[in-house]
Amino acid sequence: MFASCADPTTLHGLGWLVCYLTTAKHLSFYASFGTVLLLLAITAPTALAMGFAGAVAARSRIAPLSWLGRGYIALVRGVPDIAFFLFFVIALDQGIEYLRHLWFCPDWSEPIRQGSDFRVCPPAKAPLGNAPQWVHEIYGFALAVFTFAIVFGAFAANVLFGAMRAVPRAQMETAEAYGMTPRQSFRRILVPQMWVYALPGLSNLWMVLIKATPLLFLLGVEDIVYWARELGGTKTPQFTEYPHGDWRMWYFLFLLVFYLAFTRVSEIVLERVMARLTKGQATLGGEAQRKAAA
Amino acid sequence: MSCYETLMDYGLRSIGIGERLLPRGDFTLCQQVVLIGSGMIWNIYFGALSLVTGFFLATALALAKAGRNPWLSKPANAFIFVFRGSPLFIQFFFAYFLFLSLKQSYPFFTPLTSATWGALLVLFLNTAAYSAEIFHGALLSVPKGDIEAAEAYGFSPRTRFRRIVWPTMLRLAWPAYTNEAIFLFHATTLVFFSGFPATAQKGDALYYANYFADKTFNPFIPYPILAGYFILLTLVVIGLFGAVNRHLNRHLPTAPQRRRAGMSPGFLR
Repeated sequence: MFASCADPTTLHGLGWLVCYLTTAKHLSFYASFGTVLLLLAITAPTALAMGFAGAVAARSRIAPLSWLGRGYIALVRGVPDIAFFLFFVIALDQGIEYLRHLWFCPDWSEPIRQGSDFRVCPPAKAPLGNAPQWVHEIYGFALAVFTFAIVFGAFAANVLFGAMRAVPRAQMETAEAYGMTPRQSFRRILVPQMWVYALPGLSNLWMVLIKATPLLFLLGVEDIVYWARELGGTKTPQFTEYPHGDWRMWYFLFLLVFYLAFTRVSEIVLERVMARLTKGQATLGGEAQRKAAA
Repeated sequence: MSCYETLMDYGLRSIGIGERLLPRGDFTLCQQVVLIGSGMIWNIYFGALSLVTGFFLATALALAKAGRNPWLSKPANAFIFVFRGSPLFIQFFFAYFLFLSLKQSYPFFTPLTSATWGALLVLFLNTAAYSAEIFHGALLSVPKGDIEAAEAYGFSPRTRFRRIVWPTMLRLAWPAYTNEAIFLFHATTLVFFSGFPATAQKGDALYYANYFADKTFNPFIPYPILAGYFILLTLVVIGLFGAVNRHLNRHLPTAPQRRRAGMSPGFLR
């Protein structure tokens, strides 16, 4: 990256380190932090939306819908999340290919599962066999995001389900007394008021989500864990201009510190949001705030 | 090959007893159920041992954190912050590579580079930190009146803690602690995916489920089997913890039972 880095063998000390830390591979490593942030930025709202849908379904008066919602919440919570990650990445991929197969090659006669092979007709491959590399990467990342959203959607559904039940019954009765339809009272009374009850659970969930991001590595995405293992491993002079011993420990220490800082900052921000939302609420927290101000 | 033979061959495969080679092709349902079940031995080993040992460290940490001595509360706080603030997955990786480099200079650390001891140590510290936070919260909610009553009866500080504070703390913390136990068992599936090697293919349930999914390219059989085992394990944990909960609350007149494996997902890593 710098002109002085042209011949690494002449470098030593700090100069060597600066050049080492700015190699092309290290730049990819730094960029992969962006991947993690991108994952969070997409997953958090998607999971929240899925959680909302799940909570509404679980509350539904239509029995099958309610079972579906409750089943979704219970199943995802009862099974290790990492098993879900490993399962969904293949299952979603095969599901998509199977649907495309039905759509594109309706008169394909061979069975799709042949022993330990999963064969769909060539135009049904997702992504297509001749697609450029970046399409494959985006596809893999999208599958990962979707998997995260399914798993964390169930946790969010659980939190929102509880929060909806926590809104004082009197509020809903008042809405009914005013002649609001169930739909109106849901939209105008329940949803605006549930957030203060949901926030502790949701902030917890955000922390859990942050701490789940390294699992991207297991989904085959080139994330920070992948690069930390790659870059930290022993490098011999034959293959690199910057030989070094096994530094994986230091790379993972760096990741550890990164996550600690990230969760700490989130904690501080969420505390402020909570203080803001509690303002004027008829809860213990709101009361304490009022007394402190007086 | 009958299913009984499969059970004999692979029932204890995960701890190295039985057939040396894993099945290679023509996987039967029986093989998958047996081998994944065999892997559960590891999940139960990691979960149960770290839970039991972590319980004691957690109590000590909670007391240190709540105490007035900064020489104790500061380190306890820092410990809890480090283990609760970072992903368990990264902790495993870091610990493994740390033990690996320590091994170079001190052979004493050699056992810790295996999952059996190294991963157990990490899980022990991790669950101690999460449980300590739960216990600390419960410790702060012990009713003041209870302690005053104990003082009035002339209990020594030691007896007061053993007879009044500690049981009440446990009683208050139990629902949340049940949750922590469930998620700890779930977290044990991370071990063999985070650096720690599965020597001679001796792995946990997820390791074998993943093996079958890779070989058959069909995730719809091994993962539901795994899910079944874990739901069973979760039910057992809830049953055991429920029994303890009833014991802890036995003096209360039909206390309203809080929903156990309750509403908060907070203890997942």
